[in-house]
Amino acid sequence: MSAFLFVPSLCRAALPLTLCCCVVVFCTSHHRSDNKVTVNFINRDGDRITVKGSPGESLLDVVINEDLDFDGFGACEGTLACSTCHLIFDEEMYKKLGPVTDEEMDMLDLAYGLTDTSRLGCQICLSKSLEGMVARVPESVADIRQTKDAEVVSFYKH
Amino acid sequence: MNYKLLFSHRKLWTLGRRRSTSRLHEGIRVSGQALFSSCSPKVCVVGSGPGGFYTAQHLIKARPDVELDIYERLPVPFGLVRFGVAPDHPEVKNVINTFTQTAKHSRCNFYGNVNVGRDVTINELKEAYHAVVLSYGAEGNRTMGVPGEDLAGVYAAKDFVGWYNGLPNCRELNPDLSCETAVILGQGNVALDVARILLAPINDYILFLQSTDITQPALEALAQSQVRRVLIVGRRGPLQIACTIKEIREMVNLPGTKPEMLPADFEGISEVLKDVPRPRKRLTELMLKTALETPGEKELERRKSASRSWGFRFFRSPVEVLAEPRTNKTSAIRLAVNRLEVEGFTRAVLTGEVEDVTCGLVISSIGYRSLLIDPGLPFDSRKAIIPNSMGRIQHTPGVYCSGWVKTGPTGVIATTMNNSFDTARSMMEDMDSGALDVSAVKSGSQSITALLRGRGVKPVTFADWEKIDSVETKKGEAEGKPREKLLSVEEMLQVAQT
Repeated sequence: MSAFLFVPSLCRAALPLTLCCCVVVFCTSHHRSDNKVTVNFINRDGDRITVKGSPGESLLDVVINEDLDFDGFGACEGTLACSTCHLIFDEEMYKKLGPVTDEEMDMLDLAYGLTDTSRLGCQICLSKSLEGMVARVPESVADIRQTKDAEVVSFYKH
Repeated sequence: MNYKLLFSHRKLWTLGRRRSTSRLHEGIRVSGQALFSSCSPKVCVVGSGPGGFYTAQHLIKARPDVELDIYERLPVPFGLVRFGVAPDHPEVKNVINTFTQTAKHSRCNFYGNVNVGRDVTINELKEAYHAVVLSYGAEGNRTMGVPGEDLAGVYAAKDFVGWYNGLPNCRELNPDLSCETAVILGQGNVALDVARILLAPINDYILFLQSTDITQPALEALAQSQVRRVLIVGRRGPLQIACTIKEIREMVNLPGTKPEMLPADFEGISEVLKDVPRPRKRLTELMLKTALETPGEKELERRKSASRSWGFRFFRSPVEVLAEPRTNKTSAIRLAVNRLEVEGFTRAVLTGEVEDVTCGLVISSIGYRSLLIDPGLPFDSRKAIIPNSMGRIQHTPGVYCSGWVKTGPTGVIATTMNNSFDTARSMMEDMDSGALDVSAVKSGSQSITALLRGRGVKPVTFADWEKIDSVETKKGEAEGKPREKLLSVEEMLQVAQT
């Protein structure tokens, strides 16, 4: 089993000097090749891509290491400063992924096609318990956020 | 696991898959440029910010035959990633790594120090290329249009941001930071960037800033700053605030500061929240918590020891900036009190009531504005954008747009990324359908560089930029910063041309 640690990202403001490293998911990796975790990505065209990653790697690491072609994925390189590594899971898998920090939620709130079972790939650490997981890369549809937000405005009556 | 190391030899996954193809093309280019050049679609991009680079990236990746040139007015690339993104958000600047790989792609060339509209016209570009993409951003700013706007002590946020980020034409700004209260008009992310920088010179945060690429003159001026209180003013209410939650959370947690809100501004808000989508709901809840909840012991302690404060002021519009008669410097701002009316969208309506807020510094952050760089192009001057449909510029075949000149100055970097990909997709559809004719032979950069030479303009190549980059990085190293930016175009050119 891989032990992993989400460094609480509240420290971003309290200890700004550590800003760049504290949002990264640290995991202890197992290097034994027989210990790999199978991950299924569903790309924007609906195709299934099955790859293997090592426990301890993040899903963003897997996308990079496997050279998967999801255009624009991981723009900020896993520093929790954008939402381009947005992935969608089914409910059961989502529950297995563990707690979400406020900072990850903040970034997810800017993601296109946000769902209740959305996560950022850079914050998900592979472990054996996630074997066979399915992660869907959402379609990027421009202006979805603006449309949604415009509707919100009319809720307010003063 | 060393994450930095992991990324240091990271592939550009958007381009990496075609690595073998690009090598092949490189070979052809070396051995027979004319042959290859004559049959490939030639595209140029005007502007090298995120809009330009993301469009370029998508085109190069999706069309293995496209040859692409990027023209940039300044000698240095990356637009608002270099000159807009706050220095204390270095992680956002990681996008530069991907942009650099695009720029270094065998089918991409960078020409800095070329002012399109002045050094070369859009028509000349249309003549030389099959398609032109305008992604020159929004370099103007909206003005408040109130008396006193030109007083000493009033600055446009665009210039203030340009000053601390080393934008050449803002280096002489030298903002007067000798007052206690600063008022920022506008509540977008730029407003909060400015607020954070103004409140930064305290405790650890100034140490942190010293480790960023903020310019040395700005750092020195901020260290002497007397600003203790920053009010961030918006026309409408908490539910209409334009910034994103990350920026609010940073304010809430900013060391050495405490929030100073008006609970009355939040009346009735929690009642409507349950029907609001998650992003707006979470953002509003964070504000409510900050403004209304009794802080816990730790937070109380933190607030007690804070020497600076910040707060949102809602339902207020600027009426006039007032001057101290003796010095003719900003002494206060008169704000009109608004109420909201819902008529399809929520708008602020004046109540007739006004109030004066004492302050020595006013920063107007009410939006950037795109400018028209060529009178032959269509332009929507109300929205300050080039009218377009999915990036196709109206009535102008072969010319496209992306970035803020396409959408208006809103959204985070992912928004611009997706919008730029859309523009690239539109162009590719047009190439495939024949709406964009790529059969004619076009001369591309060959004729443009010849034109520029004739006009005495010496473009800065990407290799030249790397010389500037290396000088800046070295200068920064001496001070423990990732870079110390060169502050004038002359200095940049001098390094580029050595």
